[in-house]
Order: sequence, then structure tokens, then C-alpha cells
Amino acid sequence: MAAPIISFKNVSKTFRRPDGRGDFVAMDKLSFDVDKGEIVAVLGKTGCGKSTMFNIVAGLTEPTSGEARVVGHDPFREFDFFRGKIGIVFQNDRLMPWRSALDNVRLGLQILDRNAGEAEEAARAWLTRLGLSGHENDYPHALSGGMRQRVSIARAFAVDPEILLCDEPFSALDEMTARDLRAEFVRLVRQNSKTAVFITHQIGEAMEIGDRVMVFHRPARIAYQARLGGGTDRAKVQEEIMRVLAVERAAESA
Amino acid sequence: MMNTRIVRVLQAAASMLALAGLWQILSHVFPPFLFPPVTDIVARTVEILVTGSLLADVLLTAARIFGGLFGAFIFGGILALAIGQSKTAENFVAPVLTFFQGIPALSWVVFAIIWFKGIEFRVLFIMVMTTLPAFTFQILDAFRSMSKDLFEMTMAFRPSRWTLFRFLIVPTIVPGILTAWKVNLGNAARVVVVAELVGATGGVGYELLRQQQLFDMAGAMAWTLQLVLFVLIVQQTINAIEAYALRYRAVSERAM
Repeated sequence: MAAPIISFKNVSKTFRRPDGRGDFVAMDKLSFDVDKGEIVAVLGKTGCGKSTMFNIVAGLTEPTSGEARVVGHDPFREFDFFRGKIGIVFQNDRLMPWRSALDNVRLGLQILDRNAGEAEEAARAWLTRLGLSGHENDYPHALSGGMRQRVSIARAFAVDPEILLCDEPFSALDEMTARDLRAEFVRLVRQNSKTAVFITHQIGEAMEIGDRVMVFHRPARIAYQARLGGGTDRAKVQEEIMRVLAVERAAESA
Repeated sequence: MMNTRIVRVLQAAASMLALAGLWQILSHVFPPFLFPPVTDIVARTVEILVTGSLLADVLLTAARIFGGLFGAFIFGGILALAIGQSKTAENFVAPVLTFFQGIPALSWVVFAIIWFKGIEFRVLFIMVMTTLPAFTFQILDAFRSMSKDLFEMTMAFRPSRWTLFRFLIVPTIVPGILTAWKVNLGNAARVVVVAELVGATGGVGYELLRQQQLFDMAGAMAWTLQLVLFVLIVQQTINAIEAYALRYRAVSERAM
């Protein structure tokens, strides 16, 4: 059996509270694997540690304890190893306002020192695939929210990463635009044989996108997970997710 | 509808004409050594601009201003980036800069005359010391205003330090640098005159001292106008650079 692309073993993360009074446990011995080519949707309420997990996989945060591995390497300590291997789509588009749409898509390729001509060609091709042909020279302020998020998706795909991390990328968009982009995103991930971790707080979105859904409870631990294959009773899975989230809510209220 | 830019220029011209008119009225009331006619001042101003030896004094002052500002910009930029990345550096350097900010320009002039022999080095030292804190703090502010979101997004591509500097830090601090140049230009123009008044044998400040000794108000005004013209030209150049460099910014159709 092939080694998992992402592997968490008893990973915990503790932050010092901003007022200096004690620590805050954001993640408590979280363990899970993500296989190559899998799309895992991570579901949970705000503050359940989804973004902490995301930042650990992205190498932006170091675990306090436990072992996090991405393609067999430590994403925080072996920072340079992951050049071009991870693409990220954030909750907000995070476009550089001083760069045109084309230059924003080209950013990752420039950082990776790719040939300038090939980088421009690739950036143009991705903008076209995402329906932004004709907007190459527009600055972010001239684009709609949906178009900006498309640019950020193009930026993530343009470097041809092995892994895609998405942190609620469509949550700020209207439902129509979000639905179109979700479908487009899944198509691109499948077509390009990527592995993706998709964070969301919407059950429908998680079930629409994921091959597997993991539900986190606070502090980040897996409260429930289910594979969404062809024979899966989706209604039952949805019901179970709602039940787990309701239990979590009740525990918090108490 | 008339172009707003033309309207703005006309309004500025009207206010300057009003000021010149008021001066002209005063020249009829007071003796010429106090308020010389506007025509005399204009004639003397033009004379400086077209006379090589006199224009050389203006250019000397301009070079001193640029030299001082450039030196302070380079030192200030390095200090700002060091402070921005190290709390320890901030703890050491920031109090010294704050202390320097409290020292009047005239004190630096006195220190420079006591410490150094060469006129040009004295002026350069005074210019750098008086504008260094403002440059450092303004660039530091710009550096600190860097978006955490954009920083994380860029870091996700694993850039080298140089690439991060080129693609994120420089574009982030450019607006702050331009503002710092605009603010410090006015300060530098004032300080250079003080430095030249006391410790130089050429330049606008030195010429102003000569006009005072000759009791020549038209000359004093003409030399002052050289400096004002210089500041205006450089300000407009910086504005043009700013308009180009920050062309990505959205502009509301509704004026403020």
C-alpha cells in the first residue's frame, strides 16, 4: 500500500493566550492520513482548529508535539523542500493589489524561478481555463469577488503542486458563484490528479467536494469521518454529521 | 464640465496672484528695502536662473539636499528593515532615534562645525542627522503595515529572502517611502538653509546671509523663491512617480 501523502500522528498545537495568561489548546493529539489523489473535506465549527491543521500542513506553523509529515517530510522544518509542491487557496483571495491578474497568477512561478516566457504562457492558460480571458491586465480592485477568487485558484494551480490546500475558499461568495467554482475546482483537481484538503464549515459543500469528510471538534480532533463512495448512503452520513455537530454545540452551551 | 485638474491649477494660481497683489500693495505703503515691488523680485529671480554663477549656488544647494536625503534614506531604510525584523534591534535603535528627533537642527549645525572641518561633510552630516529619524520611522511604519495575509500567501511558495524582499516587501513599503521623501524634502530644504547660513561659503543659505548683510530684500526673496521652486519641482516629480507606482489603487469617482 502506498504511503500517505499527508500524515498526522498525535499532533497537538498549543498557543500562548494574547494576554499572557495561560495556554490555549488548538489541537489535541490529532491523527489522520490523506492518500494520493484523495480529496478530503474537513468540516467543523469556527475555532475548532481547522485552520491550525491547515497551517501545519502548509508549513506556516510548527506542531507543539506529535509528528506531521507531508510526502514523508516535515513541512515546517524542511521548508525549502516544499517549493512548488503545495498550492494554497485561502478564504480571501489574497491577491497582491499592485499586480495585475496575470502577474498574480505568475507570482508562484516567478518565486520558483521558472522561465519567464513559460511562466507567462502557463499563467495565461490558467486564466483562460478559469474564464478570465480578457482580464489579464486588470488589477484586483477592478475584478468581482468571484473573479478574484478564480485568479487565486489559477495562482495555486499554475505552479502544478502535488497537494492543494483550500481554506474555505468560497465562503465569501454568493451561492451561485460558489457552486460554479466548486464544480470547477473538483474538475480541475481530478483532471490534474491532485491531492486536496478542503476546509469548510458547510456540510453541503463538504459532501459535494470530498471523497472523504472529516468532522473536527474542539480542540481539533476527529469526531467523525466517512468515505463518500458510490455506494454511500449520503443522507445517513449527512444526518450523522449534523448529529455530531449538534452534540458539540450542546456541549459548548453546557 | 471643466477638467478638475485645470480648475485646481487655476485656483492655485489665483491664490498666488492674490498673495503677489497683497505684496505689491504693501510695496506702495512701505519703503522698498522692506517690501520691494513684485517686478523687482521677479527680475532678480530670473537673473539667478539665467546667470551661470548664481544658478550654480542653487544647484549646489539642490545637490546638498539630495545628498542628505539620499544618505538618510539609505541608512533609514536599512535601520527600518533591521528594526522591523528584530525586537532586540528595535530596543537598541529606536530610543536613540527618538533622542535624535528631539535635537534641534541648529544644534546639529553647531556640533558639525565643532566636530568637522570640511564644509560639504558638515552639511551632509547635518542633513542626514536631521532627516534620518523621520525616514526610519516612516519606512518602519510602512514595513509593519505589511499584510499578514499576503505574507503567508507569499511564504506558501517558499521564497528566498531576496525574492520575498523583491516581490512583497518592496511593493509594500513603496507608498511609505514616497511619503517619507515628500515630508522630508520640505524639512531638508529648511535645514539646508540653516546649515549653509552658518557653515558654508556657497549655496542658497550663504546667498541669503549675503542679502541680509546688504539689506537687500528683493535679493532675499529671489533666493528664497529658488528654494521654493526647487521644492515644488521635486514634489511634482515625486507626485508623478507616485501616480505611476500606485496606479493600481482604486479611485472613487466621488471626490472627498
